[in-house]
Amino acid sequence: MNIVDILEEIEKVDGEVYERFSPRRTAMKQFFNIGKKVSLAAVPLALGSMFNKAYGQSTLPASVKAVLQFALTLEHFEAAFYTQALKASGGADFPSTAQGISDKTAIGIISGHETSHVNFLKGVIGADAVTARASYDWTASGAFPNPFATGNYGIFLAVAQALEDTGVRAYKGQAPALVGQGGVLTAALNIHSVEARHAAKIRYMRAQNGFAIKPWITGGNDSGVPNAAAVYAGEEITTQATISIVGINGTAVNAAAASESFDEPLTTQQVLDIVKLFGIS
Amino acid sequence: MKNLQEEKEMLQEESSIFNARLQRRSFLQYAGAGAAGIALIAAGCKKDRNMDPPVTGGVTLDFKDDFGVLNYAYALEQLEAAFYIQVAATPYANISAAELAYFKDIQFHEIAHREFFKNALGAAAIGGLEVDFSKINFADRTSVLGTAKAFEDLGVSAYNGAGSLLKSTVYLTLAGKIVSVEARHAAYIRELISPNSFSNVEVVDMVNGLDKSRNPMEVLNIAAGFVKTKINVINLNA
Repeated sequence: MNIVDILEEIEKVDGEVYERFSPRRTAMKQFFNIGKKVSLAAVPLALGSMFNKAYGQSTLPASVKAVLQFALTLEHFEAAFYTQALKASGGADFPSTAQGISDKTAIGIISGHETSHVNFLKGVIGADAVTARASYDWTASGAFPNPFATGNYGIFLAVAQALEDTGVRAYKGQAPALVGQGGVLTAALNIHSVEARHAAKIRYMRAQNGFAIKPWITGGNDSGVPNAAAVYAGEEITTQATISIVGINGTAVNAAAASESFDEPLTTQQVLDIVKLFGIS
Repeated sequence: MKNLQEEKEMLQEESSIFNARLQRRSFLQYAGAGAAGIALIAAGCKKDRNMDPPVTGGVTLDFKDDFGVLNYAYALEQLEAAFYIQVAATPYANISAAELAYFKDIQFHEIAHREFFKNALGAAAIGGLEVDFSKINFADRTSVLGTAKAFEDLGVSAYNGAGSLLKSTVYLTLAGKIVSVEARHAAYIRELISPNSFSNVEVVDMVNGLDKSRNPMEVLNIAAGFVKTKINVINLNA
């Protein structure tokens, strides 16, 4: 488990972290011994609440807490999307082919991760963690057809791609607010790269289902959905920190490769503007 | 005999990370009264350094500031770029058009990363690394995909572990822009090897849904099997 790494990271910025968790090392040991006894499902809550108790809600810096609440808002949304997709009735219309069956397995894996992220963040934030909405507008206020309607499997994959790419961009945009935060930053980065793995997998699934798209983002909005433009705004850039990437140092890196090789962040406001269409405020 | 047994038990006790830390803390508490303590610690460090073999040749990653972290990333990108340049130049037997096209894409992504770091670092950049790919059979798909998977997962864990070492939000964002592309590569390569292994338990812990982080020493120890140039590390955790 990464908990030891996380604690070590925190210790770099907060030498007293172990004291915060417990003034007595024996209590720390007890936690791990208890962890062996309780069911696996209870561990994320235990881990999160350990963070929470260590820092207390008054000592978790407000700016850090705001980032985590924002992340949790998105994770609730993603988790609900995949939970809906996997429902026997009213879920995504997976084709009854070998591809469709494999796709459904993948969505199950992704769904599990998003639920884990929700539980992890809830534990870190504590009692006042934001809650999931009772319902979401899966058509994004009519921007897309209903992704869960019969025959709309292609729409479902397109929306899933947009959500995952948004997730990657959202976490990336929050990272600067967590600079110097040790373990919390590392945990956020560890979620960020999982979202990128998901995004690549969904894109690859779309390709396997006959839609021409790569696992990486080429140019701007490559989703084939014009209404997803805001999700990809700025992804097309080919200059990084004033360094032009096209043909850099005489290499054959073209504009497509230059845009693909760097994913871009979204600001909090850009993300909120995207997700408010789904009924999130 | 009894003393030996006690000592062994004490050593076992010390091997727990929490105790180890506490021991260090107690040491600092005892020694930490002002300048005398600092001098003592400094002396300890100096002694350690003298015991290190003298640095001869190779490149040095100096983690005293963000340039050290960027050079660390530059070293990894050099390794990845060299690998994919070879894959694209001598594709494995019966490679499909789709796989070759994507390997060429990945090749250019890694070249872009490598050259970006070189230019961003300017005079502070380390030199070029000499790679050792003698263990890889570039004619064999299994060998190439297995190595690609190892490199991409290693890269993701390296960037994830290095983020907290960065002090500049600009560099942190740049590292973030690159690590998600590495994660996309990792997921794709994993799918080629085994469907639905894009984020399996080898890389993502199923309880919290978190990807792996590795610290620079762990990463460089793994990478060392593919690099001839000696990579020295100084001032890590400074």
